[in-house]
Amino acid sequence: MNLAYRDVRHNLGRFLLTCVGLGLLLGVVMAMIGIYRGLVVDALTIVRSPAVDLWVVEAGSRGPFAESSRIPGNTRDAVARMAGVAEAGGLTYQTVEADHRDIKLRLYVIGYQAARPGGPPSIAAGRAIARGRYEIVADRTTGLQLDEIVRLGRTSFRVVGLTEQQVNSGGDPAVYMLLADAQKLQFELDPAATRLQSARGAAGGSSDFVNAVVARLHPGAGIEQVAAQIRRWKHLAAITQGEQEVILSASVVDKARRQIGMFTSLLMTVSTVIIALIIYMMTMEKRKAIATLKLIGAPDSKIVGMIVQQSLALGQIGFALGVAAIVNIKDAFPRRVILEADNVLMLGGVVMLVCLLASGFGVRAALRIDPATALAG
Amino acid sequence: MAGSAPLIRLQGIAKRFQTGDTTITALDGVTLDIAPGEVVALLGPSGSGKTTLLNIIGCILEPTAGRMQIDDETIYDGRWLRKDLRRLRLDKVGFVFQFHNLLPFLNATDNVALVLHLAGVAPAEAHRRALELLDYLEVGHRREAFPAQLSGGEGQRVAIARALANRPRIILADEPTAALDSRRAGIVMDLLRKIAADQQAAIITVTHDEKIFDRFDRIFQLRDGKLDTKEQTP
Repeated sequence: MNLAYRDVRHNLGRFLLTCVGLGLLLGVVMAMIGIYRGLVVDALTIVRSPAVDLWVVEAGSRGPFAESSRIPGNTRDAVARMAGVAEAGGLTYQTVEADHRDIKLRLYVIGYQAARPGGPPSIAAGRAIARGRYEIVADRTTGLQLDEIVRLGRTSFRVVGLTEQQVNSGGDPAVYMLLADAQKLQFELDPAATRLQSARGAAGGSSDFVNAVVARLHPGAGIEQVAAQIRRWKHLAAITQGEQEVILSASVVDKARRQIGMFTSLLMTVSTVIIALIIYMMTMEKRKAIATLKLIGAPDSKIVGMIVQQSLALGQIGFALGVAAIVNIKDAFPRRVILEADNVLMLGGVVMLVCLLASGFGVRAALRIDPATALAG
Repeated sequence: MAGSAPLIRLQGIAKRFQTGDTTITALDGVTLDIAPGEVVALLGPSGSGKTTLLNIIGCILEPTAGRMQIDDETIYDGRWLRKDLRRLRLDKVGFVFQFHNLLPFLNATDNVALVLHLAGVAPAEAHRRALELLDYLEVGHRREAFPAQLSGGEGQRVAIARALANRPRIILADEPTAALDSRRAGIVMDLLRKIAADQQAAIITVTHDEKIFDRFDRIFQLRDGKLDTKEQTP
């Protein structure tokens, strides 16, 4: 006769309600873990999308994401000619805001050179940008539709393609356009400012700048050797793909990552206390029943089994409800929530361990109940 | 019954509680023999030591001094001589409480079958015997009911069925009729007498209920921890 099951069945509604409460709590823990993972993945998405080996940026900077970087556009040609380099491309990155359909769009504009590294990694709908100007490929999260016209700066662009999950470390969706358009958007002044600069005699400078040049190497080419060669040019710095990823994850999103990590730890601690409290209360509610069981001769193993089984059932059902809840609502979050199987399994293991440890409080309390309590009125 | 060997033998049982610097003597040298088939009552004012004596006979509370024998086995002699007291209770002692104390999450049948299950009886056999007992106590029609759905009398009869499930040699009843009207109280006591006779079990009842005094073979009075030697035989 399984007493844990009988007790749960008898108080099914209340037990399930407790499970739902615990499930929501664990759902929040899982959401935080998912947000944490999402933040890290988002931070690395843009830096990984060109699938390159080297980033060439302005000397003394860790750009173009952690710090600003501006180098001449013809740097690309110099890099492309180097031994070991298979292909290279110039890139610009900038954040722009545009009023569109009565809403303010915040976009991360990436300018790239057609048929060179740095363009959209894949097209989910529509087509890639051909050599035509004033076309953009936008991420779906912008809300832009194919063939829609959007005004950025002083130029109108047509949406010709859509990507998925291309956002920067701040969660702003990416918009890809050709380098010439991006340079115009980034470096060209509006007419009034141009007139002012002309009057000061400062106009007419070149706008052929890029924020970084990315390079893919030939198989077998030594990344460090090529980087060392580039660093000999005093005005340039070379960052390997691995270093760039470290800069992004350990520097750019580090505080946000640690903030979420701390909050998740805090939430897990609160969950542990709540689980322990629930199990302790569940045991205390059965004080009289436990005393009666002891009085009629039930061994401790029967009583301990009842508490531990209920505790594990509570954890399992609560965890399953939490997973179900977060899986169903994760896409409603404004930023990416990534639930990785190993994270979910690890949390499941932690929850089971917490339930087991928490049941220790209930077991300790149960074992201290005097069977004579059953005789009291 | 006077000639048969005692089922319970208490010799000089004492129980003292220490509260700070104060020592409270709950029982003071209680000596008592109860024969199989005997139904006895323990009377006394509140705090006289009735429940303490019942707890000691039920091996729930350890005496401070004395000697206790149950069914020819010395259980206590200055210290517990058996380690598995819970097993002893399971095998030899049945409890009936003022409030039936049935497990709220088990129905009537399972409350009775649980004791058999704990004793190692196979589930089907435990179920059959539980139903038999419930029928014997005329609550078989309430076999599926949970304690909260039972009336006071029904609950008490299910509790008696549970107390009887392992055919114990001793039944300890603490105010078993306090929650019942006089008619049902009489029925319960008649039932306990019948069980005592059928199973040759000793029944010790703590009660204040004068309406049922005529159902006891002997009545003992406890006063300030001492058992009154004036045994009353109705």
